[in-house]
Amino acid sequence: MSEDIIAALKENVIQGRQNQDDEGIEEDMAGTPGVLELTQAALEKNIPLEDIITQGLTAGMQVVGEKFSTKEYYIPDMLASAQAVGAAMDVLKPHLESSNVETKGKFAIVTVKGDIHDIGKNIVSILLKGAGYEVVDLGTDIPTEKIVEYVREEKPGYLGLSALLTTTMVAMGEIVEALKKNGLREQVKVLIGGAAVSNEYAEEIGADAYCVDGFEAVRVLDGFQKSRA
Amino acid sequence: MPREGILVRNPYERISKEQVLQIHQAALEILRDPGMMCFNKQAADIFHSSGAEVTSVSPSDRSAWLVKIPEKLVIDALDTAPKTVKLGARNPDNILIMSGEEPRVYFISGSETNIWLDVDFPSYIKKSDPSTEIRVPEFHARRGTVADLCMSAHVCEHLETLDGYIRTVNIQDKDITEDNKDVNKFFASLNNTTKHVMSGLTSLKQLDNVINMAKLIVGGDEELRENPIISFITCLVKSPLQFVDDTTDTFIEICRRGLPIVVSSSPQAGTTAPMKEAGIMAQINAEVLAGITLGQLVNPGTPVLYGSVPVRARLDTLGDSYGSVETSQYNIDCVQMARFYKLPNYSTAGVCDTKTPGIQSSIERLFSQILVTLSGPQYLHCAYGLLDCNSVFCLLQAVIDDAHFQMIKFFLKPPQIDELNIAETLKQTREVVETPQKLYINYIRRIMRSGELSVPYPFEGDGDRDTVFEMAYNRMQEFLAKPVEHIDEAIAKKIFQNIPGLLPRLNVYEERRQ
Ligand code: B12
Repeated sequence: MSEDIIAALKENVIQGRQNQDDEGIEEDMAGTPGVLELTQAALEKNIPLEDIITQGLTAGMQVVGEKFSTKEYYIPDMLASAQAVGAAMDVLKPHLESSNVETKGKFAIVTVKGDIHDIGKNIVSILLKGAGYEVVDLGTDIPTEKIVEYVREEKPGYLGLSALLTTTMVAMGEIVEALKKNGLREQVKVLIGGAAVSNEYAEEIGADAYCVDGFEAVRVLDGFQKSRA
Repeated sequence: MPREGILVRNPYERISKEQVLQIHQAALEILRDPGMMCFNKQAADIFHSSGAEVTSVSPSDRSAWLVKIPEKLVIDALDTAPKTVKLGARNPDNILIMSGEEPRVYFISGSETNIWLDVDFPSYIKKSDPSTEIRVPEFHARRGTVADLCMSAHVCEHLETLDGYIRTVNIQDKDITEDNKDVNKFFASLNNTTKHVMSGLTSLKQLDNVINMAKLIVGGDEELRENPIISFITCLVKSPLQFVDDTTDTFIEICRRGLPIVVSSSPQAGTTAPMKEAGIMAQINAEVLAGITLGQLVNPGTPVLYGSVPVRARLDTLGDSYGSVETSQYNIDCVQMARFYKLPNYSTAGVCDTKTPGIQSSIERLFSQILVTLSGPQYLHCAYGLLDCNSVFCLLQAVIDDAHFQMIKFFLKPPQIDELNIAETLKQTREVVETPQKLYINYIRRIMRSGELSVPYPFEGDGDRDTVFEMAYNRMQEFLAKPVEHIDEAIAKKIFQNIPGLLPRLNVYEERRQ
């Protein structure tokens, strides 16, 4: 029985069905339980959190990733699956906090001051959440002080900065400097992205990494996880 | 089910209704005075006995007549010419039905080019950095052969947008003569495509052999009339305003047999027609109407297409300039004239001036392919693979053209704006504004898989380099490797027994046995 739920969970992640109203890709799926309902059911059946995450959600995402790399899936499919997993992680969050299952950590993402572009930032959020990170979106056009304050108070392991304008990307350098000045630089890894920036720019301002897209962000962060372990 | 082609709603019109009438009137005027110079006795006799004013003029050693065609003959002919023409096909799913009143476009290959262009990709090493090696497409011109014709028909069978086949290359093998050329070109075409086959005729003596071949394929006389798998194109008029002797004979004979035929005229603005648009239009219209009138006098009700291949002269060579912008203008005007007469139109687009595939060829051909299609001709010929103003055919280019037409066909799909779609949109909008990301991406997935979205350009590579030629070449090889449905063995056997002049090497069943 619990295997059935886990198998269904994995399948629904592959289908990108967050809840029972979603259509998925195959015909006739609408109405059957989606990732949210199945996660609830798994919790009720006391299936170990670890199994729900690794054998259901992550295993499903693994397949989605493979389908994406063979071009059977497109980015919207990837995002739908990531969103479904993200929603499941929200449901699991309180349970994870009270257990000793290790999470991947908190990722705060923001579009810097003066910049309102947020499509890229939102996509990165969805993908990271789907990859098992706890994502906090601080919004767009956010002043440096606010970001620094957030890092001080909430202690995210990762900070993602997005800027699409050559005029706003300078704020990224300011943020890194401000983190240093406040003695916070060592506690947070800083990732930057957006059309205006590059690897060189990341080096120049002393960020930890530049990511060309959300997929690279997942790879880079997972790489940090490994080096931490 | 016949082929769908693509219906052009709200076809583009270049000239006003008034201008259409002006061209019509001017053409009638031209047919009355100066009239047509006729070098064909039969035609002169037919016009004479139908009430035209025919006077013998002998400009040189040849007999010639001046035929002044009264308006009534033209109007009567326009009356008896069918408004809908069916072009049959070996595979019934490939039948084309064209109505002069419906701007439904079919994309057709053609015409008979002397030169076949091969491509290969030799590699080059960079002088300043010998570790860098690149492959560069190279095109090689040579005379066309019957094997090329088979290959081209084979690939054209697999080109999704190509609706009908006009032989793309002139077969110039050593063993091809005037007496066996027609049967071999028709057989090579018919045996490698199940789509409609149209061609010109080299020798009138071969007409019945060709028709008998078609009858053997479809099963008889009645069957061929019902499903005319072959049709003909004749340029009986030479610009300006002359009925040529031999093609007019051929034209008359084909009309007598009642098979579909294109009355085509190809004046060149600046040399064989006036340079200005009004002039070439009045003249080409007169020339086509003269041919149609003759055809209907020979056999009232014979199915004809209003055939227009107007071009502008290149001023550097006085050769045809298919790539010139004016050529598209003239063609669109002709589409409108044919529609005014409610006759299906055979129109021209997609040919370029340049000799090899590349940037110039892409721009010139796509320009006319889009514009002329938007005007809604029924039968759009020349559209695949032609270069160098109709003298060169490149199969690789034909494969690339297929991608152009996929885009054009997609563009012409009817818009889906209706209550259902609006209701869906409102629902989505309300849902999306409530989400943190405010993106509609989730709704793309179904549409993405429904075939409702256009596909990316099919010859786009992964990297930054332009890979169009290499990828199109691979596609061409895939098409060549994919079999076609040949004429069935028993029928092929009968054809080879009964139709004289066929080259034994065209018999795929015999070849396989060896
Ligand atoms: C859409 C768009 C807009 C939309 C934004 C809507 C929205 N909700 O975001 C609107 C119309 C509002 C807009 C406004 C403006 N725009 Co604008 N815009 C764009 C455009 C066309 C696409 C951006 C986009 O969404 N791309 C799609 C997403 C998926 O890609 P992405 O953002 O790059 O994100 C991916 C990666 O970069 C990476 N990534 C991004 N951020 C992050 C962060 C992290 C941490 C990580 C790991 C990864 C990552 O992952 C993402 C997903 O794969 C770009 C052109 C371009 N080439 O980028 C111009 C562009 C960015 N805009 C430009 C300009 C000039 C403006 C305006 C100033 C125009 C004006 N005069 O008003 C205003 C800016 C106002 C402001 N203060 O910010 C210029 C910037 C030039 C410059 N100086 O640098 C661009 C480059 C266009 C151009 N060539 O002129 N714009």
